[in-house]
Amino acid sequence: MSIDLQTVKKIASLSRISVTEAEAEAMVPELNNILGWVEQLGEVDVTGVEPMTAVIPNRQRLRDDVVTDGNVRDKVLANAPQAEHGFFAVPKVIE
Amino acid sequence: MTESTYRIQGATGEWEVVVGLEVHAQVTSNAKLFSGAATAFGAEPNTQVSLVDAAMPGMLPVPNRECIRQAVRTGMAIEAQINKWSRFDRKNYFYADLPQGYQISQLYHPLVGEGQIEIVLDEKNPESSTKTIGIERIHVEQDAGKLMHDQHPTRSYVDLNRSGVALMEIVSKPDMRSPAEAGTYLSKLRTILRYVGSCDGNMDQGSMRADVNVSVRKPGEPFGTRTETKNVNSVRFVMAVVEHEASRQVDVLEAGGTVVQETRLYDPDRNETRSMRSKEDAHDYRYFPDPDLLPLELDDAFLEECRQSLPELPDAKRRRYEQDLGLSAYNAATLTADADTARWFEALLAEGARIQKKSEGEVAKASANWLLSELYGALNRLGKSLEESPVSPEEGAELLALVADGTISGTIAKQVFEIMLETGDKPAKIVDEKGLKQTSDTGAIEAAVDKVLADNAEKVAQYKAGKEALFGFFVGQTMKAMQGKANPQVVNELVRKALG
Amino acid sequence: MTDLTDLTVADIRDGFRAGNFSAREVAEAFNSNVAAAKALNAFIVETPEKALDAADAADKAKAAGEPLGALAGVPIGMKDLFCTLGVQTTAASHMLEGFVPTYESTVSGKLWAAGAGMLGKLNLDQFAMGSSNETSYFGNVISPWRRGGGDNAALAPGGSSGGSSAAIAARLCPAATGTDTGGSIRQPAAFTGISGIKPTYGRCSRWGIVAFASSLDQAGPMARTVRDNAILLEVMSGFDPKDSTSLDLPVPQWEANLSSDLRGKKVGVPKEYRPDGLNAEIAALWDRGIEWLKDAGAEVVEVSLPHTQYALPTYYIIAPAEASSNLARYDGVRYGQRDLPDGAGLQDMYAATRAAGFGPEVKRRIMIGTYVLSAGFYDAYYTQAQKVRALIARDFELAFEKCDLLLTPTAPSASFALGEKQADPLAMYLNDVFTVPASLAGLPAMAVPGGLDAAGLPIGLQIIGKALDEQTVLNASLAIEERASFTARPDKWW
Repeated sequence: MSIDLQTVKKIASLSRISVTEAEAEAMVPELNNILGWVEQLGEVDVTGVEPMTAVIPNRQRLRDDVVTDGNVRDKVLANAPQAEHGFFAVPKVIE
Repeated sequence: MTESTYRIQGATGEWEVVVGLEVHAQVTSNAKLFSGAATAFGAEPNTQVSLVDAAMPGMLPVPNRECIRQAVRTGMAIEAQINKWSRFDRKNYFYADLPQGYQISQLYHPLVGEGQIEIVLDEKNPESSTKTIGIERIHVEQDAGKLMHDQHPTRSYVDLNRSGVALMEIVSKPDMRSPAEAGTYLSKLRTILRYVGSCDGNMDQGSMRADVNVSVRKPGEPFGTRTETKNVNSVRFVMAVVEHEASRQVDVLEAGGTVVQETRLYDPDRNETRSMRSKEDAHDYRYFPDPDLLPLELDDAFLEECRQSLPELPDAKRRRYEQDLGLSAYNAATLTADADTARWFEALLAEGARIQKKSEGEVAKASANWLLSELYGALNRLGKSLEESPVSPEEGAELLALVADGTISGTIAKQVFEIMLETGDKPAKIVDEKGLKQTSDTGAIEAAVDKVLADNAEKVAQYKAGKEALFGFFVGQTMKAMQGKANPQVVNELVRKALG
Repeated sequence: MTDLTDLTVADIRDGFRAGNFSAREVAEAFNSNVAAAKALNAFIVETPEKALDAADAADKAKAAGEPLGALAGVPIGMKDLFCTLGVQTTAASHMLEGFVPTYESTVSGKLWAAGAGMLGKLNLDQFAMGSSNETSYFGNVISPWRRGGGDNAALAPGGSSGGSSAAIAARLCPAATGTDTGGSIRQPAAFTGISGIKPTYGRCSRWGIVAFASSLDQAGPMARTVRDNAILLEVMSGFDPKDSTSLDLPVPQWEANLSSDLRGKKVGVPKEYRPDGLNAEIAALWDRGIEWLKDAGAEVVEVSLPHTQYALPTYYIIAPAEASSNLARYDGVRYGQRDLPDGAGLQDMYAATRAAGFGPEVKRRIMIGTYVLSAGFYDAYYTQAQKVRALIARDFELAFEKCDLLLTPTAPSASFALGEKQADPLAMYLNDVFTVPASLAGLPAMAVPGGLDAAGLPIGLQIIGKALDEQTVLNASLAIEERASFTARPDKWW
């Protein structure tokens, strides 16, 4: 599978990274190089193999249903580029 | 299964509507799905937010057992397959109410598999035929935060209090064929969730909302293209969406157009749906297993506890009310339609049986009738709900016992009840203080009967000449003379005896 | 008097307790080395006052006869991927420039609780993505090492923990934290002639560490000796209920159980790690390593890890996929940089913020990750990679039926000049060829210096152990350390 300029732009858009035309063009061979290389995995026979789920055998623990956190609005908002009236502020979203 | 006869009359003939619902139900829990922040409704903005909910760098999710437990219990309540092995996936997209840039959900291995819910096709007639709606799956996921658009001319504000609250997404199969079926299904689902206690079902607070999938087809043809109307928050609106979206689609198709598979919004003010500005990559969520979490493996003890803790469910309860308690189908359906009514009724029943030393079956009919007519009538008048009833089940049972043991008549009981509503006094106290106790004193009643017969000699003659309908008149006059406090059975006997 | 900055962690700990010097003297000595080493660019933020505060607390506790923490009196460097309360944490990105956490990572918190002091936040490859420390927004870290013969080319300290490796090799700190996703502790350790261990996945909590690839990221120590690594690892490890993948196991007493006696141990030498064209000096060092382990009493057997060649491509699907999602939170809404062009909407703000905040390598990996997870490609890339990953893990399991540990080179070459491999991402990725397989399998692995190459640059060996068997890894590394007698150090030019 080889990707073209359009695909690069689409991936950039999905990734929410704006790219100039020149940047996108430069990325085409770069990404193709890497993707072409990883595609060698296709030759591995994986018949009957389950995808790895846990790296080291371990069991998902479950928490008790107790309120142990929150009420830290100052900490939550401390690094916000724009916070007003206890909210994070973003450019107006039209739904 | 009965086929629905709901059809839309188009210019080209009849159309059938096909409906599936994806219901998001907030799981009842103290803390969020993956963080220890509180879930309570209506807190100050961003106060119920942990660093995990705000997706600060390096923060990690740890699941809340209760949220898993409630989803499993819900699955059991709809006879669904419970998957002992499930896992969480990330659904990736960018939006200001989604701090992580992904929602933790379950796509590939949901917690709950296929199940079913039975609905009654005509809600007003519990004896009408039923239909089984298939459930595809229930999975657990995080809710998003909230955006406020009205506080500032050029900015939207983000409140993350809801971010990370646990939701169950309950996905039905496309088994509904009319607005009524969709509405009935949603009501029934809400009833079940409230019985189970896994969701409070408060649609006006957003605890439950539905994405409504609608398509139309000519009967017998394959499914048409569907649209999804998001976040519909009442049973009435769901029915309206089905109705309007179906006729909109019929109009489009009959005008030679095609239905676009898209996300729509319902505008209750205008009672119409409209297309959401299409998100260009809405369909590329890049789901993959969340590497911060391990597969969720449930053991038998956990599942057993979930099963043991399930209450009697509405369908079973309704059958029991009919078969064991001898209630009418209508009364059984009404009493079991929501968990609070059934709980109230059963408290009334238990107390009645206890103080009357009878079985619940023996006191069931009188209890049901009183609750559904007297109590409901009074609450309607007062504009109160059952939870706000000024009379408790214990007091109701006491009142009914006074009637049952002949202390007061049914007529007097109505008076006593009115006084209970006004004063909050106990029925026995009211009967005592107001001297409402019914008398079975034959001497006093005989005297009254004699006086009635003497005062109405002409009617006595007519009666004896064969006008037997007058019997009721003599009884009534006697009761009146006794100010309603005579035992009607004794009055009956004595009138009959006096008339020879 | 010996230079305090030449001491190991164990020396400082013991010397401080013995009263040979005060903790403050130690902190001051390292602070002054840090201040004098700007040319290395090893630190993003220097925190001399933090080092002094911890030292004063240690001195005070000692004077009062109070119990001392395991690292009382020891100043260390902190990789700038660990969130530190009140101290800027950037992951070497512009995106997080100015971000001051309101919380402390579990691992750094354990180190401070044990009495360690912080000399500063160490530079790294941006979001830990890189093998040469050339992707940092705050500039390259320069290795203190130079090739012999008057070649003054600036060399790579390795990556991503390049600030850590350079600082330790240059005696700016006796030890530092690192994180390892595909070799980010071991390869820089090898490049700078120090040692470092990536423990079993789940030993160290990931809570509060800026995430790169969740299923691979693992914190670990870096220091000049195996013993020092054991001391730090004991402090850094342990169950954390805030991390779902944390292992709920007691922390072994690795330091107390150090032993270079390997009698009864079998060392596996994987044949697939000796490809055609393996650097001759690396191959020769590997052979010496085999002899050293035999000398320590171990038996050596050849083993096979047949899927080794697929490890790198597997890694370069899984790590970018996880990273593309883990880095989605950097959107300019709640913290970090925001780039809001005039009239931009929310989605435009995201795209502008992320374009300005991320460096080229981070963007490249996010884009690869986005692509391999996108509709229609998920199974071919991601699912296939997770299956091959399972095969790679099984290779190790089967090998460990025949042996107790594996000996391999750490990196395919000694350090290279900065800029030399930057143009070709693939050539850079190949640096991790020997370290990535153990990462994919979650196994403990340690880099230990073995000697110098002809150019006078350090080259190292890697020990890979069974899951949870850090002890054997440390012991075998100790056996090599004792026999390699690696005492070389970079000449001070900075």
